[in-house]
Amino acid sequence: MRLWVNKIVLGLSTLAALVGLVFLAWILITLVIKGSEALSPYIFTHDLINNGIRNLLYGQFVMAGLATLIGIPVGILAGIYLQEYGNDTKYADFIRDLSDVMMSAPSIVIGTFVYAIVVMPVGHTAGWAGVVALFVMMLPIVVRSTDDMLSLVPTELREAGIAIGASKYHVIMHIILRAAKVGIVTGLILAFARVVGETAPLLYTSGSSVYWSTDLSDTFPSITVSIYNLATMPDDKMVQLAWAAALVLTFFVLVLNLLGRYVIREKHH
Amino acid sequence: MEKIFARLSQISASLVFVVLVATLVTLYLAAKPAIEEFGAKFMFDSRWGVEVPVEQPKDESAKPGVSDESPAKEAEKPATQEHPADALIEDDGINIGDEDDGINVGDEDDDINVGEESESYADTAPTREVFGGAVAVVGTVFSTIIAMLFALPIAMGIAIFLSEIAPSAVAKPVGIAIELLAAIPSIIYGMWGLFYFGPFIASIFGGYSVSLLVAGLVLGIMVIPFMAALSRDAINTTPDILKEAAYAMGATKFEVIKDIIFPYAKAGIIGSIIISLGRALGETMAVAFVIGGVFEFASKVTDPTISIPVVLANNFSESSGMSLASLFYLSLILFVVSFIVIFTAKHYFLRKGKLR
Repeated sequence: MRLWVNKIVLGLSTLAALVGLVFLAWILITLVIKGSEALSPYIFTHDLINNGIRNLLYGQFVMAGLATLIGIPVGILAGIYLQEYGNDTKYADFIRDLSDVMMSAPSIVIGTFVYAIVVMPVGHTAGWAGVVALFVMMLPIVVRSTDDMLSLVPTELREAGIAIGASKYHVIMHIILRAAKVGIVTGLILAFARVVGETAPLLYTSGSSVYWSTDLSDTFPSITVSIYNLATMPDDKMVQLAWAAALVLTFFVLVLNLLGRYVIREKHH
Repeated sequence: MEKIFARLSQISASLVFVVLVATLVTLYLAAKPAIEEFGAKFMFDSRWGVEVPVEQPKDESAKPGVSDESPAKEAEKPATQEHPADALIEDDGINIGDEDDGINVGDEDDDINVGEESESYADTAPTREVFGGAVAVVGTVFSTIIAMLFALPIAMGIAIFLSEIAPSAVAKPVGIAIELLAAIPSIIYGMWGLFYFGPFIASIFGGYSVSLLVAGLVLGIMVIPFMAALSRDAINTTPDILKEAAYAMGATKFEVIKDIIFPYAKAGIIGSIIISLGRALGETMAVAFVIGGVFEFASKVTDPTISIPVVLANNFSESSGMSLASLFYLSLILFVVSFIVIFTAKHYFLRKGKLR
């Protein structure tokens, strides 16, 4: 009897795993098949106005890249504070909690927030607003990963640095950050991968443009927002293009994730 | 240098707090007109953007925010007052030109269904637009419940399969695949739901290919990898020595899972469920494609309806005035709810456990 129950339960959980994997495989296969239909060198060399996705990819990466550039110093400094200066204080724990909460805050809410503080005063959607929204999304992720990585640095390293007379600043900059470098870089890659696929915070902050644009103070091309717009169009060609864009975007996100994993594995070997 | 650096890092850390507070304050300020106008009834009012006749002030000055019981106006009221909807918040202003006040007072208890009849009144009586979030709130709650009911057994199955059943040659690649799937942009899930999964579900259960059911299931599929990966991590924290002791006593695998692993990893598993719940609550893109986006309660699960994030995604750019304030109100509700959900999860269940 016990053995039967055991067999049934194990069978059921394997079955559940299979069902889940089937769905996920279905999504990926659909994405690859539909996406490759419209995939051609043409779409990488033309803007959306000419049925390409060049400007969209560029716009998305520029916005996510700028958000990362702002996010790196701020996020890492905040992580340093949590681990090196404020460690074990109530305030640091409080910030840690808040940062965790913010990490899981609905991205659409962040979109509305940025809309209220940036887009409404300016009066129209702008690339900068998209950058700010992605930065707000990204900050807690960088804080969290830096915090975690610094906590892995052995205390002996800090003590050794202080013992030879280095100031705290020197210990942090020259010993701790170096020791945690790989982990922090991984965190940054994963954070970038996370925000580059975001749609909701960009919907009405950056909007999306069909043209190539270098002016961040105006509506800026975004691949995710455009996928949303294109996929809901009645035109089959546009839907196909949306699938192709989705495939390209997913490809980049997965490659970045694998890259992040690879970097951290190299360290352990 | 030393001092500056310490200060800078402290400021950066405080920025997290500042941004969070700024979000709350901004949303509150932007939502203030709607909060004052509709109050807490907002959450129970199912009308969105419906023109209703303005309530005639009684002898004591009428309070704004009583939209629900606003007495319907007489149909034979002369069409003397054509006011734009948003100018009518101050009821006193209208009253000045109103000669029919006497008639109207007597008819106050007339109980006509305002929501349905309003169209016919719109051109004959002063109106204002009423916004209520009930449909969106209900849509959000139900799609999340469906998602969790669907995702929970499957995600637990995957977590148990990966940590206890599968040989490590299988568990490792599958585990990585699951984690990668958690990283796929949610818009992909939405597109797949719109073009493939929705019609598939409609062919089985009937009804529309965009519906509450489809939205819930797509949401569920989206959180499965996330929930499975977190639960697996929690399960993996069970010390081998405990499991081995149980096996040595002759326990079966199921008994070990039920009596050793679940009690040990309970906090982590519950935490992962709540975090996934928070994710499902606030998810926009996966739902926006498949929920239908209509402001109606779904009488069957296969009917289209709407959820809070989708209201925000669909209506934000073309809104202004009171409708915009109402959207901010919805956004604030969503933020506060997910804040509470996530904070509970992190604080009570995952305090020590490391997430990701």
